[in-house]
Amino acid sequence: MDQKIIFLTFLGMLAVTYVPRMAPLVALATRSLPEPVVRWLSFVPVAVLSAMLFPSLVLKDGQFDFTPDNFFLWAAIPAFLLAWRTKSFFGTVALGMALVAAGRYFFE
Amino acid sequence: MTIEAVAGEQADSPMMSAAKLVAPIVMGYLPVGVAYGVLAQQAGLSMLNTVLMSVLVYAGSAQLIAVALFAAGVSPLSIIATTFVVNLRHLLMSASLAPNLKSWKKWELALFAYQVTDESFAVHSARFARGDLNKTTCFAINYIAQASWTLASFVGFVAGASIPRVEPLGIDYALPAMFIALLVMQTRNKLHVLVAGFTGLTAIVLIQAGADQWSVIIATVIGATFGAGVETWTRK
Repeated sequence: MDQKIIFLTFLGMLAVTYVPRMAPLVALATRSLPEPVVRWLSFVPVAVLSAMLFPSLVLKDGQFDFTPDNFFLWAAIPAFLLAWRTKSFFGTVALGMALVAAGRYFFE
Repeated sequence: MTIEAVAGEQADSPMMSAAKLVAPIVMGYLPVGVAYGVLAQQAGLSMLNTVLMSVLVYAGSAQLIAVALFAAGVSPLSIIATTFVVNLRHLLMSASLAPNLKSWKKWELALFAYQVTDESFAVHSARFARGDLNKTTCFAINYIAQASWTLASFVGFVAGASIPRVEPLGIDYALPAMFIALLVMQTRNKLHVLVAGFTGLTAIVLIQAGADQWSVIIATVIGATFGAGVETWTRK
């Protein structure tokens, strides 16, 4: 694909990414939101991270995969334990990647 | 003076505090950014475009999806539409950060919004929850994070020609592993655990039902509503 067209595509991607990031901040920050709305928003962090994470662990190409070959799922268990016990961000990422790499090296 | 300094819990300067908080984001961004750069190079993007997407769009998963779509020859409009749907979750993240930023000027909010990503959002919301609202820290975290992402993209592009596949290195697991760490750090009580499980299941069901690209935002809305509902119900 032409590099100029790729660049122009970025500008469109920038617009559709920036506006949803910016509009709520500028519109809502100066107002006092009703208490139920604030309470609802307090659940967004946990919800959005779960919605992104869990499907990537149990689904492969849209199908459930609980076979021993699904390294993403099995590596998640020690990674969760380490994150919970140590709160170490780097340790969790390093352990997860190392386990997936090791799984592929030894079992594929 | 920050609330933390008054409380005497932490006497770090705003920059020092930012450096500590941004370090995990950088550690997560380096492998994912490199993976993006490698895939962009292999998809036929120029070096300039590979770096520019990280500067202009700055959205990890959307960039990885876009690269795959460019490689598949998908039309620009479809790529933009996909980006919109995939990044719409940031609308909810910005809305959730907004109540903490009442004292900020509009232009500061507009500038801050540019760098709301899954990771910066997770770190900021954890900070705000414990009363650290320092503006210098906010911007320092954002700029260091984006600089590391952009640098990693460049490194990935340069390395791209000599890395045939990223899978043997486990690089494709950096993003899920980062989400695991962020999720655990956001989970502060039993209701949060319940909401996490419920929302995860909802997202899986939605994907099974064919709502692939909308799954994150729909599941988040359902999950947060579930959490707020249970909280209201158990209080009575």
